[in-house]
Amino acid sequence: MSTPAVIEAGSTGGGRSRARRASEGTPAVIRPGRLSIGIVTLWLSLIVLLPLAAVVAKSLDDGLGAFWAAVSGRQAVAALRFTLIVSLIVTAINALAGTLIAWVLVRDEFRGKRAINALIDLPFALPTIVAGITLLALYGGSSPLGIDIAYTQVAVAFALLFVTLPFVVRSVQPVLLELDREMEEAAASLGASGWTTFRRIVLPNLVPAILGGCALAFARAVGEFGSVVLISGNIPFQTQVASVFVYKQLEGDAPVSAAAVSVVLLLLSLAVLLGIRGLARLGARHER
Amino acid sequence: MSAERTTRLGLRTLALAYLGALLFVPVGLVLYRTFQPGIAEVWASITTPAALHAFQLTMMVTLIAVPLNTVLGILAALVIVRGRFRGKAFLDMLIDLPFAISPIVIGLSLIFVYGQTGWFGSALADAGIQIIFSWPGIALATIFVTLPFVVREVAPVLREVGTEQEQAAATLGASPWQTFRRVTLPAIRWGVAYGVVLSTARAIGEFGAVSVVSGHIAGQTETLTLLVQQRFENFNIAGAYAASALLAFIALGTLLAMTLIKPRKEHA
Repeated sequence: MSTPAVIEAGSTGGGRSRARRASEGTPAVIRPGRLSIGIVTLWLSLIVLLPLAAVVAKSLDDGLGAFWAAVSGRQAVAALRFTLIVSLIVTAINALAGTLIAWVLVRDEFRGKRAINALIDLPFALPTIVAGITLLALYGGSSPLGIDIAYTQVAVAFALLFVTLPFVVRSVQPVLLELDREMEEAAASLGASGWTTFRRIVLPNLVPAILGGCALAFARAVGEFGSVVLISGNIPFQTQVASVFVYKQLEGDAPVSAAAVSVVLLLLSLAVLLGIRGLARLGARHER
Repeated sequence: MSAERTTRLGLRTLALAYLGALLFVPVGLVLYRTFQPGIAEVWASITTPAALHAFQLTMMVTLIAVPLNTVLGILAALVIVRGRFRGKAFLDMLIDLPFAISPIVIGLSLIFVYGQTGWFGSALADAGIQIIFSWPGIALATIFVTLPFVVREVAPVLREVGTEQEQAAATLGASPWQTFRRVTLPAIRWGVAYGVVLSTARAIGEFGAVSVVSGHIAGQTETLTLLVQQRFENFNIAGAYAASALLAFIALGTLLAMTLIKPRKEHA
């Protein structure tokens, strides 16, 4: 559900400066005063900043040495490594499949297209625990197809593919809709094949949207818990992802270790957010 | 011409096969298995006392989180779009964080603030207030995860509509509050509605963050998603499917609302 919002925030960079220019002469009537800014700052600090600060503080409770010991423990490293690798693979598959689906939804016509277009957002609307149960029904022990991949690394990848499906589709789709077809027609009339036209004319225009969607999908995959917890079987050194590791550490009464690995995940999230912002700024400059 | 047609059909088949294998067939299978024993069984399963309590708790938490995040989300969007102050970029970043952070980290962070050994733990214990392993913790977790939706839907609409109409209203003698209520609010209403739908769906469906702070006390701190997990782990597969189907229908309702609101939002 977050795709359109965040991407929009980035891709309307041009529109933002236009709006600012228009309103520069006369000040806006509904302008947030100090009180509103204060309330919003207080709200965000209380709900978001304070708890996250508590995680960082907790991770350093027993000193830097304990922090390092926690994040460099064998099981923690294995969980973080597996999470990163599977998230990167899932992100790469999303780049391909998401672009393909967006292409088919925009450029193709067939019966039932509108319904399928609406259902693309289902992974955002469906609770993650239900997503996990759903995948287990088809690919678990009671599979009617006889495919049982439960408790394997592939199953974790499936769960992550399910929950991250809409990100790339929903960020590429609007760009594809707005794209001017004239250039493609010109390329085709000059004898370029469909694939050459796509690669040389269409794809360069889609790259920022694909990357933006990929960044969000990656962030989601790295932190995912609900869809993975049942299907992964949580086997240490094999199918245990970082978020489940954190959960188990907390259950096992090792809060400092849970906090330390959480800080690593937090830093990853921050890096992705900063990356998206950098990407948006780059795109806005390119537009001008 | 026929080569192009073949390519198009091939791409379509590939895309639909991917969606089918990952999304449509698994969801369809669960719905089929849920209703195979008959609708009476499903109804009995989602109206047990534990299920009813989980439903009530989920609704209560949603009714706390969504209105709060709607009012403060509109205010935050105004602050982010129109405010000029130092630290705005930082606030903007804070708003996006709940999207990017693992729900487990969110739940954990609340324990470190409000839990027994957390920052406010002893003060809260002295006052006799329990937050973690009780409904206020579940509400806080839900507020955290749903915080960005309304802001992120309303902010672009605010940028788009600009301030000309508001200035016209002010010139005609409207007070700032009147201007907000009669001009600004109608202009952003579909953006707000879309944000509310997304927040509600996430509030009902949140699992990870809620799971950490709930304590899983059946009939007390169990939300619908936690009920699904508890039933599944206790080998009550039919019960887990029934509760899942209920949540899946809520999700389908969400999609319907999104589809109805989206065109209005875009033509605002």
